[in-house]
Amino acid sequence: MIGNYANMIGSDVNAILPELVLVGFAMAVLMWGVFAKREIGAQALWLVVALFIGVGAWIAIAGRGTDEAFGGMFINDAFGRFAKVTMLWSGAAVLGLSKPYLERAKLLKFEFPVLIALAMVGMMMMVSAGNMMALYMGLELQSLALYVIAAFNRDSLRSSEAGLKYFVLGAISSGILLYGMSLVYGYTGALGFASITDVIKAEGLPLGALFGLVFIVSGMAFKVSAAPFHMWTPDVYEGSPTPVTALFATAPKVAAAAMIARILFDAFGGAISDWQQILAFLALLSMYVGAIAAIGQTNLKRLMAYSSIGHMGFAIMGLAAGSEAGVQNMLIYLVVYVTTNIGVFAFILNMEKDGRPVTDISALNLYSRVAPGRALALLVLMFSLAGIPPLVGFFAKLYVLQAAFDAGLAWLAVAAVIASVISAFYYLRIIYIMYFGEETEALDGKIPMLHMGLLAASAAAMVFGIINTFGLEGFALTAARALLG
Amino acid sequence: MDNLLSLVTFFPMIGAGVMLVFLRGEDEMAVRNAKWIALGVTLVTFLASLAILGQFDPANTDFQMVEEHSWIAGLTYKVGVDGISVLFVMLTTLLMPIVIGASWNVDKRVKEYMIAFLLLESLMIGVFVALDLMLFYVFFEAGLIPMFLIIGIWGGKDRVYASFKFFLYTLFGSVLMLIAMIAMWYDAGTTDIPTLMDHTFSSDTFTILGVSIVGGAQTLMFLAFFASFAVKMPMWPVHTWLPDAHVQAPTAGSIILAAILLKMGGYGLLRFSLPMFPVASFQMQDFIFALSVIAIIYTSLVALVQEDMKKLVAYSSIAHMGFVTMGIFTFNKQGLDGAIFQMISHGFISGALFLGVGVIYDRMHTREISAYGGLAVRMPTYALFFMFFTMANVGLPGTSGFVGEFLTLTGVFQANTWVAAGATTGVILSAAYALWLYRRVAFGDLIKQSLQGIKDVTTRERVLFAPLILGTLVLGIYPGFVLDLIGPSVDALISNFNDATAGLMDAAPALASH
Repeated sequence: MIGNYANMIGSDVNAILPELVLVGFAMAVLMWGVFAKREIGAQALWLVVALFIGVGAWIAIAGRGTDEAFGGMFINDAFGRFAKVTMLWSGAAVLGLSKPYLERAKLLKFEFPVLIALAMVGMMMMVSAGNMMALYMGLELQSLALYVIAAFNRDSLRSSEAGLKYFVLGAISSGILLYGMSLVYGYTGALGFASITDVIKAEGLPLGALFGLVFIVSGMAFKVSAAPFHMWTPDVYEGSPTPVTALFATAPKVAAAAMIARILFDAFGGAISDWQQILAFLALLSMYVGAIAAIGQTNLKRLMAYSSIGHMGFAIMGLAAGSEAGVQNMLIYLVVYVTTNIGVFAFILNMEKDGRPVTDISALNLYSRVAPGRALALLVLMFSLAGIPPLVGFFAKLYVLQAAFDAGLAWLAVAAVIASVISAFYYLRIIYIMYFGEETEALDGKIPMLHMGLLAASAAAMVFGIINTFGLEGFALTAARALLG
Repeated sequence: MDNLLSLVTFFPMIGAGVMLVFLRGEDEMAVRNAKWIALGVTLVTFLASLAILGQFDPANTDFQMVEEHSWIAGLTYKVGVDGISVLFVMLTTLLMPIVIGASWNVDKRVKEYMIAFLLLESLMIGVFVALDLMLFYVFFEAGLIPMFLIIGIWGGKDRVYASFKFFLYTLFGSVLMLIAMIAMWYDAGTTDIPTLMDHTFSSDTFTILGVSIVGGAQTLMFLAFFASFAVKMPMWPVHTWLPDAHVQAPTAGSIILAAILLKMGGYGLLRFSLPMFPVASFQMQDFIFALSVIAIIYTSLVALVQEDMKKLVAYSSIAHMGFVTMGIFTFNKQGLDGAIFQMISHGFISGALFLGVGVIYDRMHTREISAYGGLAVRMPTYALFFMFFTMANVGLPGTSGFVGEFLTLTGVFQANTWVAAGATTGVILSAAYALWLYRRVAFGDLIKQSLQGIKDVTTRERVLFAPLILGTLVLGIYPGFVLDLIGPSVDALISNFNDATAGLMDAAPALASH
């Protein structure tokens, strides 16, 4: 009896071991930081980077099959692992990139990596949750950590404003989400995804639960910054310290999108037709808001914010297909998007003039003269973001378009390609400024090796990825099968 | 060799890669190396493409030298040539060394310039050899990137506007094609072009939002492809990007644009629209005829009043492309032969005309017609070359321009007499604007002070003109070089087309050809 019980706990703990390691480690670093005699920001940062890479590799190599732990609260499957590895490695890249910036801005405190590690645990919970409560806990852990780091530069008005805005709007969205969850609970009597599925299978989706579903989707659309719940994105992107912006543009986006996929397929997989239209609408609106609003932007960080809104529209379009191919293609899209963004932010983090960071697009005037190699890499990334073949960004778009088309959403596919033409304009504008702009005071020419390496690697991935996408297709397919199977 | 086609396609790209990685610095040595490497690569590519021609068997109407490998997303990397595409491959590889030669005086960022052109060559060849729908699209679209940079970086005063207009216009046309391609993929379950050519897409009329679409899915797909090809050709009324792009592009960019990039539209119509959507093509005949005739007459009239030489040649190109679309949509042997011939011939002639404008632009740095006059006095050889290509542009018998126009007009006469009558007016108008241009530039007394010191063509420029003159003359005297090559492929295209539209011919006797 006792042995059985211990065994059960053992298997539960086993499933959640990577998360436990992260939490334990974050606490240990926190203690070390508190009791150390000197500032240990740099060491803590590199430790967390190493930990992210290591845990990511561990999950990638050791993970097998599907385990459910804690009575279905936590699901460790290929889908979750795919998202976790993407988040951990992109998180490691962004954290590594942020060190010089933080150092210069005197923000390199040990709390920064610790908070990011905690946010990462939250994200990992989100994508593995098998129950509304577990999902909400993960989401809040992530959000609270992110609110704090958005306002990390507490002496800056913009940064504080960004943090506050993010917090207030985030709290509202969490409220909406909780309200939706309570409605679903009220009408289905279940919080576990599997039980909700059973109820839907037995008696269809109750009307009240449908309302709950709408609220849940709205709340999550906020987290993934899909229009019309995107308002916080440009301000928070602009106001936050640039490393934080880079983080927002990568791991949390993957987490939020994967979380939407998780809840929609695991809990509401029997009611695809009910949520398909909502997602199609979110996708459509996001693509157009992202494309049109970005045109007038003069600040690169704001522009990237709108760009992320547009890209999330494309990712959600894959999800709206409601099929295995749709999930597979959304995952591919997210990985490509995150890879591109790491390259772009490796660049933005080093935009400096006279020792001060600049994010104005006009600062890039004729940048191709100053640093031809970096300009070329950024050119490749911009064309990839715009979805111009032969770069991988095009194939990512092609995958989701195809999934949408096969699911009978031809109208959405047509609207999407038109949005992509509109958005091509502002990506082209950056290239235009770099390559055929006017002579102005140039940016400083220095860039650390790590940044140069990641920028080049990201651009090279966009070019050479078209040969076989580095096997991404297969991994994403396994992940999608695990979610739908 | 089994992979000759891939080799020819990617060799320029490899050359560009080598330059990107190994060529450093901006000094004289690096600049010279860049030019010679680019020239060498394009020449080797041309020689290798001769081997393709040598292996090609014109009597065989199947795709030849096919290579196939599986690729991402369930697509295949498949290349091969038939009688039509092998010709365009040859045109591309032949013109590229000339284009590089025409760029010898470029002094700004020479290395990047040459890399852009080499990349562009690979992508253009790729368009013509691709036998997979998405592979075609990738090559077709990717060409926008180097061309955007060529216009934007090395272009004239309003280059930013022109490059954006070029890029966004063509991109917009192409993405609609992309949707149609996805629809075809969904419908036929494959992206293999030879298989798709045998696949019959539904042409049953259906209704969307109360509008009934005659020809059904075929019509929609046809229109989506047409949106892309019409912009690329370009056809009236979506031609307005071309004059801007031409005027702002550097000389070599103009040559590429007129001689090869525009041909992709015509090639696309032949490769996709006619074989894959025969019913829709058949129903669209009148519509295309109308657009073509308007293009021929209207743009010729516009050409007449231009004050910028490049703009004039650009409008003349649009008019000549009108003959091409008209010829293609006659669906008969003369029309199709003529259209393809016209494309090749226009490749030589318009390329030479832009080169001719470039020669005097290099000397005087203006393209205003009014800035010139009496050039024949100081530049007799140049005047001779320019005269030759002006005449070829007008369609003088003995030059390739004549064969193309004559064949398309013969073809269209069988299909629709009125259209033929309208298009013939265009021939007269083209004589008017071309000869008038020539008179204003070359004849008269040399009264302008600035022109007193102008030098005649250099040896380099003579070498560049020589193959173009030779090509124009040879094709004009013995069109069989082209017609024998494309003949069997065109016959196969027509017979497939007629099989597919057999029922429609009886239903609409007024349109049938006799």
